[in-house]
Amino acid sequence: MIFSLAIYAAPYSSQASHTAYSFALALLENGHTLYRVFFYHDAIHTASSLATPQQDEINFTEQWQEIAKVHKIDLVVCIAAALKRGLLNQQESARYEKPTFNLAAGFEISGLGQLIDAAVMSDRLITFGG
Amino acid sequence: MSVPSKKILFISRHAPYGSSLAKDALDAILAASAYDQQLSLLFMDDGIFQLLKNQTANEIAQKSFAAILPVLPIYEINSVYVHRESLEKRQITINELVLDGVQIIDSATICSLLTQQDQLLSF
Amino acid sequence: MSTLHTVNKSPFSHSTLSSCLQVCGKDDGILLLEDGVFGALTSSPCAAQLTTLLVAGVKVYALAPDVNARGLREKIREDILITDYNGFVKLSIEHSCVQSWY
Repeated sequence: MIFSLAIYAAPYSSQASHTAYSFALALLENGHTLYRVFFYHDAIHTASSLATPQQDEINFTEQWQEIAKVHKIDLVVCIAAALKRGLLNQQESARYEKPTFNLAAGFEISGLGQLIDAAVMSDRLITFGG
Repeated sequence: MSVPSKKILFISRHAPYGSSLAKDALDAILAASAYDQQLSLLFMDDGIFQLLKNQTANEIAQKSFAAILPVLPIYEINSVYVHRESLEKRQITINELVLDGVQIIDSATICSLLTQQDQLLSF
Repeated sequence: MSTLHTVNKSPFSHSTLSSCLQVCGKDDGILLLEDGVFGALTSSPCAAQLTTLLVAGVKVYALAPDVNARGLREKIREDILITDYNGFVKLSIEHSCVQSWY
């Protein structure tokens, strides 16, 4: 089956990030496909290249980067939710003349259309809220 | 090769303004209207408060839901449901709602509505 | 066609589980996860509602890592099944849609 996940909650502030990641691992181990993970609402913080958890804490940014690379998963961050919360890629940073950009490698900024596309192209779309 | 259109139900359960989830749900369904899918929207629990008339949200620096929701028909989102028991629990009557043409449905109907969908987008 | 409901809030502090139970059908499944596993205690405010649904044939599950984290292994109702993430994946396939209550 083809799955997509929509995550709404910030990493660390609630358990949603970990639940979503654990579900992703399980579905991949069971031979299913993960088409897209869409980060909306506060979940956009997962895509920050500046996230610096403690050594003994899980690093969600890196965990998603790793499985996305191995399994060719699309990690998409909602542009509207990202910009207002201060998560920018190089292009948006230049457009808005900001001093820097902080979108982590492996994540892409795009519109809500990608969430709808995920709903259309997947057999199951599962939401993880905080 | 085109994919057949899907039945997608957006479920909005959170009150407006206190968290942005209610607005995020609306933004998502308005974005979805460009994709030729069979969309519907259900308000339940505190989500029904989004529909009250006479909202003026400028003093809290937000856009009023009472002003935004009437655009739904313009975006051809005409299947809008409101949970009867959520209204009754909050003692809100249908004539206090800003949208005409909503369908008031009970819990049993919601149960069945969920099973008719291809995808549920939960907010 | 049936729905898998996932609930992640404690019924002692949120009405989320109660809302879920109102619209749950007899062919549906319920997965309690994160703080939702507190809904699997016999002391839960929704215990009677849950019993009615269980008697009607609804299967209710609690996610093992969340049950264990919270020290609830010996306190979960006997009529609630403990499952893992593989089980969660299976349930999401068995039911036609997943409704997340949070």
